[in-house]
Parts: sequence; C-alpha cells; structure tokens
Amino acid sequence: MTLPDNMTRRALLVKLGILFNACVAALLAVPILRYLLSSAVAGQKSAYEKWMSLGPLTQFPEGETRLATFTNPDVKPWDGKTAESVCWVRRIDADHVQVFAINCAHLGCPVRWFPQSGLFLCPCHGGAYYEDGSRASGPPERGLFEYPYKIQDGSLFIQGGELPTPGSPVASLYTIEKKLPCA
Amino acid sequence: MRLISQIGEWFDARVQLAGAIRETAEHRVPRQTASWFYVFGSGALVVFGMQVVTGILLALVYVPTAGEAWNSLQSLNHSITLGWYIRALHGWGSNFMVAVVLIHMVQVFLFGAYKFPRELTWIVGVFLLLMTLGMAFSGQVLRFDQDAFWGIGIGASISSRVPVLGPWIVRLLLGGPIIAGATLSRFFALHVFVIPGLLIALVGLHLLMVLKLGINDWPMPGRIVRKSTYVREYTELVEKDGVPFVPAAIWKDLLFGGFLLLLLASVAAYYGPFGPSGRPDPTIIQTAPRPDYFFLWLYALLSLLPPQMETPALLIGPVIAIGFLLLLPFLFGEGEKSWRRRPVAVLTIALVAVVLGTFTSLAGHAPWSPVMDAWSGAPVPQKFLEKRTALERQGALVFQLKQCRNCHSLGDAGGKRGPALDSVAVVQTKDQLIRQVIQGGGNMPAYGKNLSPAETTALVAFLETLHPASQSPARDASRALASETSAPASAEPHP
Repeated sequence: MTLPDNMTRRALLVKLGILFNACVAALLAVPILRYLLSSAVAGQKSAYEKWMSLGPLTQFPEGETRLATFTNPDVKPWDGKTAESVCWVRRIDADHVQVFAINCAHLGCPVRWFPQSGLFLCPCHGGAYYEDGSRASGPPERGLFEYPYKIQDGSLFIQGGELPTPGSPVASLYTIEKKLPCA
Repeated sequence: MRLISQIGEWFDARVQLAGAIRETAEHRVPRQTASWFYVFGSGALVVFGMQVVTGILLALVYVPTAGEAWNSLQSLNHSITLGWYIRALHGWGSNFMVAVVLIHMVQVFLFGAYKFPRELTWIVGVFLLLMTLGMAFSGQVLRFDQDAFWGIGIGASISSRVPVLGPWIVRLLLGGPIIAGATLSRFFALHVFVIPGLLIALVGLHLLMVLKLGINDWPMPGRIVRKSTYVREYTELVEKDGVPFVPAAIWKDLLFGGFLLLLLASVAAYYGPFGPSGRPDPTIIQTAPRPDYFFLWLYALLSLLPPQMETPALLIGPVIAIGFLLLLPFLFGEGEKSWRRRPVAVLTIALVAVVLGTFTSLAGHAPWSPVMDAWSGAPVPQKFLEKRTALERQGALVFQLKQCRNCHSLGDAGGKRGPALDSVAVVQTKDQLIRQVIQGGGNMPAYGKNLSPAETTALVAFLETLHPASQSPARDASRALASETSAPASAEPHP
C-alpha cells in the first residue's frame, strides 16, 4: 500500500518539526517582547508619581519667575548631564506657585522667560505664553505644561519625571485643574 | 599571471561561482539604457558602501552613552588623527545619500520604471528611501549635541500626537520617561544594526529584481506598456538590440561612482564635519534647535501650517504620501512610459520640487522664529530717533525693553515673526495702535497687563512717528470730523 506524499511518516515528522519550532518561538517571544516593550509599559506611574525637590522656597522670590534645576527620578550613571531637567517656577505669593515645564506645548523646544514683557517665548516657531502659562499666540494649541507641586518644610517639590508632550495623557493630567495640595 | 589564474581556478573549483558571476556581468541590457541617466542607482550603492566603511571607522572611537558621546566626538574632531575627516565623510555622505536616492527616484519615476512588471522593485525602493531618511535622522541623534537633544524632543512631540498609541510610542522611542542615556542607546542600535541590516537586505532584493526583470527599457513616446505583451516585447528588444552590461554600460556607472566619491572627498575636506554644536545639557536653554538640511522643509511646514491643521497634517500627510508612492505602480501600472507624454507626472515632480525647495530655503532664515536677543542686541536705528520728542523717545525705550523687537523689525534688524514696523503709522491710526498693543490679536500677545498707561502712551507716541517723510500717518476721519465740529461748540460757552 502506498500513501500520498503528504501523508507519509516523514511528512508528518516535518510538520511536527515546524510545529515544535513554532511553539519554542512563541515561548521565546514572550520574554523578548516584554524586554523590548518594557520602557513603554513598566514604571509609567512610578516615574510620574515621584516627588522631586526644587530646593528651598526662599530661592523663588514672590512675584518672580525663575529657572529651577532638578534631577530626574530614575537616573543611570551614564546619563551624564541629561540626568537633569529644568523648569520655570513662578512664585505667585507665599503659598502659591506655578511650575511650568521648559518644553513648548507645540513641539517641545525650550521656552525662555522675559520678565520685562511678562512672556514666555519659544525660539523655534515663535509660540508665546503669558506669565501664568496660558497661550498668548503662535502655533501652540494650549498653554504651557504644568507640573503638580507641593510645599513641604519650606521646600518645593514637583512631579516632573516625564517629558511632557502634546499627546501624552500625563501632559493633560498636568493641567486637569489647579490642584493646590498644600491648601 | 599564470599563478593568479591558477589560484583563481583553485578557488572556483570549490565555490563554483565564476560562471554565475560572469553570466550576471554579461547579461544583456537594451542598448539605449547604457546611458548617463541610468547611473544614479549604482551611485547610491557606491555612497552607501562608503557610509558603511566610514560608519565602522567612527564606531571604533564613538562612545554611545549620553554622558560621553559628545566628548568622543570632540576627541574625533580634535585629537585623533584625521578623525574630523572621517566624521566629515560620514556626515556629508549622509547628505549625498539622500540627494542621490532622491535623484534616482525622480529619474525612475519620469522614465516610468515603476510600471509592470517592476512594481515590487519600486515598492522596495520606497522603503529604501524611508530607511535612508531614517538613517539621516538617527545619525543626527547620534551626533548627541544640543540640536540632537532638542530634536529628539521634537520627534517625541510629533509622535505623541498619534491617537491612543502616542504616549507608548514616545516611551518606546525614548526608552523611558525622559530623553537620557537609554534614548541614545536605542538610537545607536537603530542606526548601527536595525536599519542598516534592513537596508542591506532590501538593497539585495532591489538589485536581484533589476537583474531578474531586466533594467527598465528606454521610454519611447508611443511604446505602450501592456501586461499581456510587455515581457515578450522586452525580451525581443534585448535580443535584437541588446548589449552586454559589462562592458557596454558599466563604464558609465564606474565613472559616475568614482566622480561621486571624489566629490564627496573634496566637499568633506573643504567644509569639514558637522558640529557637534553645544553640549547636550538640558539646563542650557539658550538654544534654538534646527534640523539637518533634509528635514528643514518639515521645520518650515510646522511653522507655517495653521495650528489646528498641524496634527491632521502630521498624522495623515505621511500616510497619504507614502500610501500614494506604494500604490503608484498599481494605479498606473500600464500605459505610456515616456515623460514626454506624461505631463501630469512632470508637473507633479516640478510642484514637489518647488514646494520642498521653497520650504527649505525659507527654513534657512526662519522668519517665523523670534530673534531672542534683538531687544538687547539691536538698537533702534538712529533715523527713527532723530527729531523726536522726549515722550516719543521714551516710547522707543519701551519698544526695546518689552521685547517688541524680538518679533518686529525696524530698519531690517529684529524679528520677522510680526510685520516690520518701519512705516506702521501709515496703516494704523493711534486708536488702532493702542488697541493692538493692549489686546493683541492676529498672532500677537496682548500687552495690556504688562504695560502701564504711561508706557502705552509713550509706546504709541513712538509708533505714530514711524512713517516715511513723504507719507502722512493714518488718521481716523470720523475723529477728525468730530474734533472739527466740537471745537467751536466747546469754545463758545467760555468766551
């Protein structure tokens, strides 16, 4: 008795071999994909929720807007200077501040504060914001990103562990409402 | 000589490739395709080979960490023998690569090479173009300087606008929540392993299809491509009027490839390497990042589009453009090949070239960017201060101090974001000027909160003097009438 070619024992073994390899590949794909996507999935909350110190509140005189430097929450030894970030701190009165991300809400270029005209100006495409961060003119579709802050023992802390971008839900979280945790 | 041929025979007895290579080299091509128009593909291949070599040479020294990359580039530029020249070759090679690939693409488009049966060759070519651009962008990131650092931020801002997936794409791109060491490491992997690997594989496929399907025949007006007859006609053409690729055609490829390399070597020696610009230090914000040459048009586009159009244009534009390129051979797979009979094709190329050229040239001087130091760096020209009252001169001071100059030029110095104000008094009355200054509008911020009444009065008094001597300032006719009729009336009750 002869069997068709695709029903012989050898053909079955070839199919078994392919199936076996597919199973092993699927098994290996799990750790590989988890490794590859880890930066996008893991730690999303933790980086955002950490409080970072901007130093004592006394460095920010009332009525002025000043640049502040902070160290990112998750720093690697090889990050070099990129371990640090900057933000604009506007001290409104004794208990109230606004902390703006340095990144323009248009495409992320660093905005500069001009106290004389009370404007933040972006050097890239000319976005302009008023002193309270609201949009004044130019291509940005919204005001500056704001970091949540708290004042503890005379020091200022912010949650700013993530690059704010126009489409990020974290960015919109930044401006849901003017939360005043210290009030 | 005999020894060489003996060694050759010894090897070929084992690898047995000489026959296949000879056959490939001597494959017949239509006589007219042995043309100077057909050298750009091989030109791109030559420059690509050069990029691989110089890339490996740079990798011998380059340190792909955020902390040290910039220092290793300085070291290449200044302390390693001819390190600057290898950097220059690789950087200029990248520009050459994009340029030659684009020229090649325009040529095969105008010669109808994407039509049946070479659809897949064209599609693979489209992906090769995208990868070339991907190499150009990721290469700019590896030159980890200020421009690169903020450039990644711009890339992240654009990617973040993708609906739903945006934030995940950003994190995947950055390798974490911010731009840091992990970001550079993954761009290094992309630039050195992933994209080049794909490029080499697809270049192989692209070339294989050129050999299997034959080089595109010279387009003759009236010689129509039909799926039913094309292959037979092409075979007949090659049999009747074909020449062996080696030596009939290849000498032009060789000369052009050599010329390209010589040009690249000269340009690199003359102009030197690109940057690096300032240190990638996020705390230094006195920077205005600019993209490399081949992305300048995008920089211009993002400045000139109305804000509400931007996200749709960024997300839908590329899908339409790439989709059109991929579908092109299926939409127009048959018919006339000659550009002489395809006016729409020629116009399309002309339009795209003019648009890209205009945007690129505009981006060269970026009129939309404020000049951030004009208020302190560019004094009001003397002619605008002569014969002015004290109030008007005070207004000129306000004009400088409130950074008006950053967006408005006087005497051709200052920002071009807003209109030049050399003769603003001719087009705006006093009341209009006050309103514009206080309320803003038309893409100008409102200054109401930041100008005292005295400052506004002085500023507008100065602005009112900005008109040519031969032209009187604009005035409100109704106000003039009102003051004429009211003047006697108010005078009478008080004799």
